[in-house]
Amino acid sequence: MAPILTSSETVQFINLLSAFLVGTGFGFALEQGGFSSSRKLAGMFYGYDATVLKVFFTAAIVAMIGSRILSSMGLLDMDLVFHNQYYIGPAIVGGGIMGVGFVMGGFCPGTGISAAAIGKIDAFVFLGGGAVGAFLFAETYPLIQEFLVSGNRGPVKLSESLGLSDTEFIFLVTVIAVGMFWLAEQTEKKFARPDITKEY
Amino acid sequence: MISIHLEIMRRKPYMNPYLAGVLLGLVLLGAMVISGRGLGASGGIKYCVVSIVGAVSQEHVAGADYYSKYYQGGKKPINNWLVFQILGMVVGGFISGAVSGRLTWKIEKSPKISKPRRLILAFLGGVFFVYGGQMARGCTSGAALSGMAVLTTAGFVTMIAIFGSGFLFAWFFRKNWI
Repeated sequence: MAPILTSSETVQFINLLSAFLVGTGFGFALEQGGFSSSRKLAGMFYGYDATVLKVFFTAAIVAMIGSRILSSMGLLDMDLVFHNQYYIGPAIVGGGIMGVGFVMGGFCPGTGISAAAIGKIDAFVFLGGGAVGAFLFAETYPLIQEFLVSGNRGPVKLSESLGLSDTEFIFLVTVIAVGMFWLAEQTEKKFARPDITKEY
Repeated sequence: MISIHLEIMRRKPYMNPYLAGVLLGLVLLGAMVISGRGLGASGGIKYCVVSIVGAVSQEHVAGADYYSKYYQGGKKPINNWLVFQILGMVVGGFISGAVSGRLTWKIEKSPKISKPRRLILAFLGGVFFVYGGQMARGCTSGAALSGMAVLTTAGFVTMIAIFGSGFLFAWFFRKNWI
């Protein structure tokens, strides 16, 4: 029963090889989707290109439905799959800081890596800034430590908080996403910038 | 030989975004099935930085709680799952760019702004993004996408915070993009 490799029992070499292979697929999918172009990514915030929304939500839904099917067939034990902990303040403030970084830099860390991989110099500079950001975080850690561990609700699931079964919740998210896809298609036509979206 | 070369170099359009989303979702599902993890990018950057700081000053690392936890029990932070994942991302991105004829050294920017301006904003964007990502215990891929895939509140809240803030601040940076 999956997950197949659990880090404590697996030989490090196999574990790291699996990480490398997952990363290869990740980087390939991001670049193919157009995430190596900062002007295409930034289009999300100005309405002329909603690729980010389409790729992101399609991926989330595929993974949600896929894992739900595998776990209901008894092939994947979701209890052994990592669930991130909810720290209310840090999630909101951290997310807010990330959003500012997104409209400034035009990348997120993953898309920055895929863009650097095809030679985008602005992506290398973005990642250099990212390394400085990680360093600044480490150095300022003692100052914000108290805030960082505040408001911990544990690895809670939104489906449970809403009183829905996982299947009902996934269905709801899918319906909302399809509505957003429709809206995105309309918005892209309204704010179209073929000079930007066709070029890269 | 020459014709093969030209075929490789010809620029191909990006994949249909919904199809690319399905591909990305299957990679994420694959990560969950293989190792019980999601995807992540900022974590790998952090482990690289922690390794560099450790190489520069072991004293500094030993004296700070933040760094020392990554070296406990003789561990080497560079031999981390997330580091190897981002190494794979570079290779995967490169293969994709190669088969689609998109490998070029280039500073991508709006014609309305100068190259230094683009690079300064790219640098600052990186600083903000990874700092915020460390605070939220993951970025767009590690906290938002992977969290949403396992239906966590943290995943959905982080996603809404990132994109909500992006829309909120987009007006201030509009001249750099449109």
